[in-house]
Amino acid sequence: MGGRRRAALPLARDSGKLSPAAPTIKPQRIGSKRLASPLHAASLSPMRGMAGGRGALACAGLATALGGLLALARPGEAPRADFAFNLGTEVTTLDPGAVTGVPEGRVLRALFEGLVRRDPRTLQPRPAAAEAWETDESGTVYTFRLRSGARWSNGDPLRAEDFEWSFRRLLEPETAAPYAYLLWPVIGAREFNTGLGANGEPAERDWARVGIRALDGPTLRIELRQPSPHFLDVLAFYAMMPVHRPSLEAARAGSSRRAQVDWLRPGRLVSNGPFVLAGRRINDRIRMTRNPLYWDADGVAFRTLDALVVSSPSTALDLYLAGEIDWLDATLPPELVPRLAQREDFHAAPYLATYFYRVNVTRPPLDDPRVRKALALAIDREAICSKLLQAGQRPASSMVPWGGIGDYVAPRMDAGGAERARELLAEAGWRGPGARELPPIEIHYNTADVHRDIAEVVAAGWKRELGIEVRLRNQEWKVYLDTQSGLAYDVSRSSWIADYADPATFLEIFETGGENNRTGWSDARFDALLAAARAEAEPARRNARLAEAEALLLEALPAIPIYWYVTQNLVNPRLGGFHANALNDPLPSSWYWMDDPELERRRAAQPPGRTRVAAPGPREGLHAPAHAGLDR
Amino acid sequence: MSRFLLRRLAWFGVTFWAVVTVSFFMMRAVPGGPFGSDRALPAAIERAVRARYHLDWPLWRQYLDYLGPLDLSEHGAFGTRERVLGGVLAGDLGPSLKYRDFTVNDVIAQSLPVSMALGAAALAWALAVGITCGLLAALRPGGRTDAALRLAASAGIALPNFALAGLLVLVFVYWLPIFPVAGWGSWRQLALPALALGAPFAAYAARLTRTGMLEVLSQDWIRAARAKGMPPRTIVFRHALRGALLPVVSWLGPAAAGVLTGSLVIEQIFHVPGTGSHFVNSALNRDYTLAMGVTIVYMVLVYGFNTLVDVTYALLDPRVRLGARS
Repeated sequence: MGGRRRAALPLARDSGKLSPAAPTIKPQRIGSKRLASPLHAASLSPMRGMAGGRGALACAGLATALGGLLALARPGEAPRADFAFNLGTEVTTLDPGAVTGVPEGRVLRALFEGLVRRDPRTLQPRPAAAEAWETDESGTVYTFRLRSGARWSNGDPLRAEDFEWSFRRLLEPETAAPYAYLLWPVIGAREFNTGLGANGEPAERDWARVGIRALDGPTLRIELRQPSPHFLDVLAFYAMMPVHRPSLEAARAGSSRRAQVDWLRPGRLVSNGPFVLAGRRINDRIRMTRNPLYWDADGVAFRTLDALVVSSPSTALDLYLAGEIDWLDATLPPELVPRLAQREDFHAAPYLATYFYRVNVTRPPLDDPRVRKALALAIDREAICSKLLQAGQRPASSMVPWGGIGDYVAPRMDAGGAERARELLAEAGWRGPGARELPPIEIHYNTADVHRDIAEVVAAGWKRELGIEVRLRNQEWKVYLDTQSGLAYDVSRSSWIADYADPATFLEIFETGGENNRTGWSDARFDALLAAARAEAEPARRNARLAEAEALLLEALPAIPIYWYVTQNLVNPRLGGFHANALNDPLPSSWYWMDDPELERRRAAQPPGRTRVAAPGPREGLHAPAHAGLDR
Repeated sequence: MSRFLLRRLAWFGVTFWAVVTVSFFMMRAVPGGPFGSDRALPAAIERAVRARYHLDWPLWRQYLDYLGPLDLSEHGAFGTRERVLGGVLAGDLGPSLKYRDFTVNDVIAQSLPVSMALGAAALAWALAVGITCGLLAALRPGGRTDAALRLAASAGIALPNFALAGLLVLVFVYWLPIFPVAGWGSWRQLALPALALGAPFAAYAARLTRTGMLEVLSQDWIRAARAKGMPPRTIVFRHALRGALLPVVSWLGPAAAGVLTGSLVIEQIFHVPGTGSHFVNSALNRDYTLAMGVTIVYMVLVYGFNTLVDVTYALLDPRVRLGARS
């Protein structure tokens, strides 16, 4: 391509540089007074002299081209939606079968509805598409009854077969559903999904052997292999939402690539939730409108809903402050959180998520549990939480966050302090007279300021208390993941967020050979305790098994817990219906706008000491049609 | 002229093939994959996901399938023959691995007009202001106007996009609330991003114009024209400016391709759904097909603009003959 300029400028044949050599041309000195002053007269009206047919033609052409390009943008502002929130990143897909991730879950919960949903306050399962269910005495057979008259957004009746078909599709290997494994507790589901039995032996794939069956119009039966106290939580998960069979079959019949995703387009997507998909522009927004055929349409206040994709935290905050976004969460700029925390619209609450360091137990000296424990003891968690993060995060004393979930009480990690850490190192032969010198340890993290800052605090503690040389190594996200799963690290920054409120999700990561173990750690007793917990129907005994397992984990420390997360939400003070919960899973479809009197009552009731902020939005409020004037 | 364009077309084919091939294999050589996540999938499910996008095929087969023109999948030319043609040569850039509800063609069709509109606005003001300022500066080199404009131009080039954008938001959104914070759709929302995006281009255009003008004004034929008594205005605008714009025009080719395909920084700060962020994010997401798609679009634009530049050269400079061998 360098030939372009050579062909054009015979005088400068050898200039092959990309930049047209302009800066290197030395402006020749012109006797400026002599030459420039008569010319200066022309500059009084610089544009008038623009002459010459070709020049004018070129200019006109350029102007037309630029104007045409501008017209391509089709300016015209979409009217603001009744409610707008920020996703932070573009969703991967709106197909419940293919989905993972928090932003996806937010949009799917607006568009679709599963058999059950979680109460936004208590996180307990509540009736949704199913109005009632029962379990048999063994706790393995669930029978759901769908709402009579329930319909899809195109008017088709919503029947039990739709759910059977959707679950079957989720489990079919061709769907490649990432969350298919959530259904593995169902009889025959794992075999149908993977073609392999529980021990990796080949198994026949036969839907008739899977324990999911539509009995008659509104009745669906699901049979589990063993009782599972969290199966209803699984069903409330966004991957378990139904899809419209005729739409998908039409898509499958289509031969072009475009036809296969056509069912997900605005205007085409048939859903069964409070909203329908009205518009979508990548990296801009997903526009949704109220679904008049939803069974509880009268309980939905917002006629339009915008899920924005503002990826810059500071822009998102600007838009919130300008009243263009009504609810912000994960995307707050971390450096501003300490200041935002004083505002009345800032809500922080315990989050079922743990920040921890994976330790590569295959690398000496980290193969010695005493060394790992010494490292765990020499971390200044208090400084990380109260000086660095400052939004209410707490130092972690266990892998299961916030010291337990529900009735489960987590055992506590040894808290002997730096003195105990030095003793442990001495026992392991790394301190004291004649001891070998500990090799440097590398902290590995994905590139982000906050992870670097935390790593620096940790490194300073290890250096100060234990005299260990620490290096930091950051990697771009996908490379970091490869490094971690390839065990090519010493200590690696990690986190885990619960999909549903079950302590087991934080422990099962570390089962032998699990995809998410990534530490090289393995303990047969730990595996056996988790297996025993899975087979246990009685909650108290199950929790006891899990606590034993966690105690083992905290003794061996293949993962060093550092802090427990908090949810951080900025919610317009005028919005009603918001409840912070431990899964950071509020339900905007049940929110509404307060009118001025209600806002005043709400403000009068809030604890003092928070800064009042502006509450943009409709002053006369916006309530669901069924609203009876009561605070819901 | 037509011989020149034909030769350009032939070279386009070669360039196209080289860009597709090199970027295909470079992309696949990068560690990490499109489905990597901190919650790893069970092995059986991961296999199914990879198979769905044919990432389980040997690399040569993936490459041939991507390049086309034959579709090598089970529905393709050698399978059920539902889709005989496929791949880039058949105009199919494949499914996006990150934005799975869209094909790469869709993603580009959605974002490129946005970037082009923003880029066009930025380029329009940058050229108008830049060339005017360059001209003014060149007419009195060393004067006060010249010094001020050169300072402004240096600042425009040195000041990074995000700093200028932040400054503009501070001034025009918070201090003087004239423009909206961010977003895309209205003329008012176009102003700040176009200003921030165009500033370095205006500065560069001014510098190139000034240098070009100074060089041309020192030529003998200008002196001859002056000696003949030609009015200064005619000398500047009819004769000198044309030659002075040559460096601007040749810089404009690649620069326009760059500015019309968007800027990650500007798009993030002003929440503009353009193509610029896809250049960076597709690589970060290992969205192989989208990364290839935007690379191909960029390559086509650069090639097209460079050809256009050469044609413009012939229009501006009577000494240039396109396609002449010597």
